[in-house]
Amino acid sequence: MTGLRYEAPENLNAAMALLGGAEGSARVMAGGTDLIIQIDNEMIEPDLLVDIKNIKEMRSIDQVDGGYRVGAAVTGMELMEHEGFCATWPGVIEGVSLIGSIQVKGRATVGGNVCNSSPAADSPPPLIAAGATATIVGPNGSRDIPVEDIAVGPGKTSLAKGEIVVAFNFAKRPAHSGEAYQRFTPRTEMDIAVVGVGVNLTLDGDGTCIAARVCLGAVAATALLVDEAAATLIGTKVDEAALDNLAKAASAACRPIDDKRGTIEFRTDVAGVLARRVALVALERARKN
Amino acid sequence: MATILEDSKFNPDQKLKVVGTNPVKHDGPDKVTGRAKFGADMYLPGMLFGKILRSPHAHAILKSIDTSAAEALPGVNAVATRDDFPELQAGTPGGDLSRNIMAREKVLYDGHPVAAVAATSESIARRALKLIKVEYEILPHVIDPVEAMQPGAPILHSHLRTKGVEGAQDTPTNVVERLVCEMGDVEKGFAAADFIVEGEYDSKPMHQSYIEPQGCVASASQDGQIELYCCTQGIHVFRDRIGEILKIDSAKIRVSQSEMGGGFGGKTSPYAEPVAAVLSRKSARPVKIVLTRNEVFRCTGPVSATKSKIKMGCTKDGKITAAQADLVFQTGAFTGSMFFNGPWAMFTRYALDNIHTVACEVVSNRPKVNAFRAPCVPQIVFGVEALVSEMANKVGMDQIDFRLKNAAKEGDTTVFGQTFERIGFVETLEAAKQTDHYKSKLPEGWGRGVSTGFWFNRDGDTTGSLTITPGGSVTIMVGTSDVAGSRISLSMMAAEELGVPVEKVRAILSDTAMMGNNRVTAGSRTTYSAGMVIVDSARQAIAEMCRRAAEIWGVPVEGVEFVDGAVHPSSSNVGEFEPMSIAEIAAKTSVSHGAISGHTEMNVTGAGPGFGVHLVDCEVDRGTGRVDIKRYTVIEDAGKAIHPLQVEGQYQGGAIQGVGWALNEEYIYGEDGRLQNPGFLDYRIPVASDVPMVDTVIVEVPNPRHPYGLRGVGEVPVTPTLGAVGNAIGDAIGIRPTSLPMSPPKILKLLKDAGLNTN
Ligand SMILES: Cc1cc2nc3c(=O)[nH]c(=O)nc-3n(C[C@H](O)[C@H](O)[C@H](O)COP(=O)(O)OP(=O)(O)OC[C@H]3O[C@@H](n4cnc5c(N)ncnc54)[C@H](O)[C@@H]3O)c2cc1C
Repeated sequence: MTGLRYEAPENLNAAMALLGGAEGSARVMAGGTDLIIQIDNEMIEPDLLVDIKNIKEMRSIDQVDGGYRVGAAVTGMELMEHEGFCATWPGVIEGVSLIGSIQVKGRATVGGNVCNSSPAADSPPPLIAAGATATIVGPNGSRDIPVEDIAVGPGKTSLAKGEIVVAFNFAKRPAHSGEAYQRFTPRTEMDIAVVGVGVNLTLDGDGTCIAARVCLGAVAATALLVDEAAATLIGTKVDEAALDNLAKAASAACRPIDDKRGTIEFRTDVAGVLARRVALVALERARKN
Repeated sequence: MATILEDSKFNPDQKLKVVGTNPVKHDGPDKVTGRAKFGADMYLPGMLFGKILRSPHAHAILKSIDTSAAEALPGVNAVATRDDFPELQAGTPGGDLSRNIMAREKVLYDGHPVAAVAATSESIARRALKLIKVEYEILPHVIDPVEAMQPGAPILHSHLRTKGVEGAQDTPTNVVERLVCEMGDVEKGFAAADFIVEGEYDSKPMHQSYIEPQGCVASASQDGQIELYCCTQGIHVFRDRIGEILKIDSAKIRVSQSEMGGGFGGKTSPYAEPVAAVLSRKSARPVKIVLTRNEVFRCTGPVSATKSKIKMGCTKDGKITAAQADLVFQTGAFTGSMFFNGPWAMFTRYALDNIHTVACEVVSNRPKVNAFRAPCVPQIVFGVEALVSEMANKVGMDQIDFRLKNAAKEGDTTVFGQTFERIGFVETLEAAKQTDHYKSKLPEGWGRGVSTGFWFNRDGDTTGSLTITPGGSVTIMVGTSDVAGSRISLSMMAAEELGVPVEKVRAILSDTAMMGNNRVTAGSRTTYSAGMVIVDSARQAIAEMCRRAAEIWGVPVEGVEFVDGAVHPSSSNVGEFEPMSIAEIAAKTSVSHGAISGHTEMNVTGAGPGFGVHLVDCEVDRGTGRVDIKRYTVIEDAGKAIHPLQVEGQYQGGAIQGVGWALNEEYIYGEDGRLQNPGFLDYRIPVASDVPMVDTVIVEVPNPRHPYGLRGVGEVPVTPTLGAVGNAIGDAIGIRPTSLPMSPPKILKLLKDAGLNTN
């Protein structure tokens, strides 16, 4: 590592210009809680760091069309202290609140969590279950894509060179809908998900499930949006039989690896158990909503 | 110097003012405000930064090392390899240590040092490491100790033959030693048993996980003196071992100790310190090396992995008649596990007539193990206490009553030949029975485990001194390390003796030049042994103050006595004199015979064995196999708690380290023989929310050999933990786990195989 250049532009255009004009390798830095560790471990050796924390539009949480727009550089703690967002998207908050400690979340951002593309990251499953989209700005303009389209493999995203995730968009929450996220870790905290499950479901007036999204983390190369699992709930009252089917579908969707964090068998079993538990929490919330 | 204390015994009638209270630690404020200086906090002018290149291979011949490109890099001042270390004979203590610190013929584990660089910055040093070309010839490796014992296993050391086996051995082996311990006749014992229970158990290495990685600065002068500043559990041992492997007269090495951010046995032997010394000699500049966490995991001592096969028998009325065991201890690439502790301590809580154990120490391609609180004992007690609980259940006796029925007492002889003096195991078991915890009803679905533990407690060579300042304050100095608050406990004992408030006493840790030799601060020996020398030094100072006062009063020394911090005439017959306080006597030293001090060196004996009982309640998630520790109580005999909060801290810390080892901590190796989890993310020590508040009960059955009755308390608190957690899980799910760690995948598998898993 020789002569690492650090810049902290105050607007998106300046950030784009820095990223576009960089010689050698450039990296966006938000909280740095993944990036600095990777630099320290010599996993990456960037020549330029573009800190995005001074860009105002990336730091705000706004209500838009009855939904929310959350700047990609909003920190975990800022989001967790936003009462309106917390009340509306408790499952997303469950994911965010599991990231590290209070100190880590004082810096860590949702944008960084998604763009770091760890299969075990905690906010992508609830974001994906919530149907959130990301606004991406780059040399070729701006586009919105579903969050599930960002990560393409461990440490790899679909972002083109010079692109930045600017914000995440959450549509207005329908009535009788609820979502939740839980992960399994051997420790109570400061650990990495062995399995994570986000479930978002919507009921009709009678309590029949009319829409569902189920997303599994840490059981494949990226977070998995599992339509087959969602299908087990839709049209049911989310009763025992439906939950059994959900557990089976969640286990069946897993494509995990055997590694130091868990065996294939263990991850597959726990994905089913957790899917069921999370669906029950989401159901409870949907009924109150 | 002859010591006053040699046969000073515990006095049950003494009235204590300081001992038994909880003053603020004198080193505490610096620690909580960040002023305290740890190993990594030393900076010297002109200092260079050292980095070590480590083998990525588990086993390979070190064919060649080309350092020329690294040496040519601007900013690099020295590069060291095996050629910079004297060649000592392989298989000797020095030869092994030297080869562990810098690989010579072969690399023997992932992380084994092969070269080192000193440069003007850390990043230049790191870059220089990448320029060193090492040619390896990769050999097959072996990680598991049982596999390492099999014929045809890759051999680590061609010189190795098994100690303790009769007859000539033609071929090299990985079995370092085979040790048989026996007593009575086990065949007869089993014949007399109504119930026989047996099991096979295994454990993985865990790491001491001190939060402070090893850090040191070495500074070699042109005339061959070496000053070394480091975090260590034994300044003298570091000096002597570094002298031995570098062939330097130890008088030329001066080792100073930093504050210690945890050691737990792992800082009893050197790693990077001799490398820093060599680099400093080569560069003629001070050199600092601070290990990274990755290096700490890959190259410093974890504990032994073990396999054990244990069999025990008892009569219908609950008397244990025989105990037998086959034990295997993995020691890493070099011998030194202290595996004998296992067979010596495993059954020692119980008064047994018939024991037969065979224990083997085995090398394999892993970092050399190092001491950890009660080395080689907790992982064996894990199995023993499973069987003890099973026997209690078979007999139909209460778990504690069963253990009481078999408890070791004064006069019982152990398998290692010691006959116990007064010990407190019975009192400890009785105290456990009286706890709210044991009396409480177990909530539905939880399990409760009981286990007991024992540690010998150590003593040995110790030095200390005590000086009275002209103002009447007290400075004490010891050659031991302070790994867990010994300075405050020693200050309290000095204050008690001298009748002064503890705030008037300050304790200092010496360097190697200031004090005579000390054994390492380990084995729960320090507060006991250093306490003995400080009490003795204080009594010398008191005797001297009596002489001074008698001289000032013009009376015979027999006519005065020291009471409550002052010299008094012992009766009115001696004369009417106002008592002279320490401060008054000290104020006159320059007109009498100079400063007043005491100074003691002793080969301390009489450490009292320690016993403990752990009670654990747990709940098991039957969908995920995760174990939640709900309630934990440690009951242990401290002899006398000098500073009860510190004792409680030892009990709680031991339990928590044990919970980590029981549930999650393990070294995970890949097929390639590389360690997969050298960091705290995947090597899971417990975090605060993983454990409940650990309740403690301090039992005090005084050690008759210590003036205040104390026993060591550092190791006993880990010994029962694995057994207690295992028994609690067994009680909760109906299946006693036999393999450590009892991690969620393993517990879920046990549940599934028995059809007991749920959502
Ligand atoms: C002690 C500790 C515990 C942790 N525990 C958890 C945990 O439990 N769960 C979990 O999921 N994570 C955990 N993490 C990982 C990390 O904190 C999170 O992934 C965090 O959300 C990363 O956010 P950041 O802002 O710090 O990202 P950074 O480190 O700044 O960036 C991460 C990556 O994303 C890129 N990036 C960042 N922002 C953008 C953007 N807006 N557009 C494009 N690219 C961008 C960066 O270039 C980089 O490649 C932990 C980390 C630590 C140090």
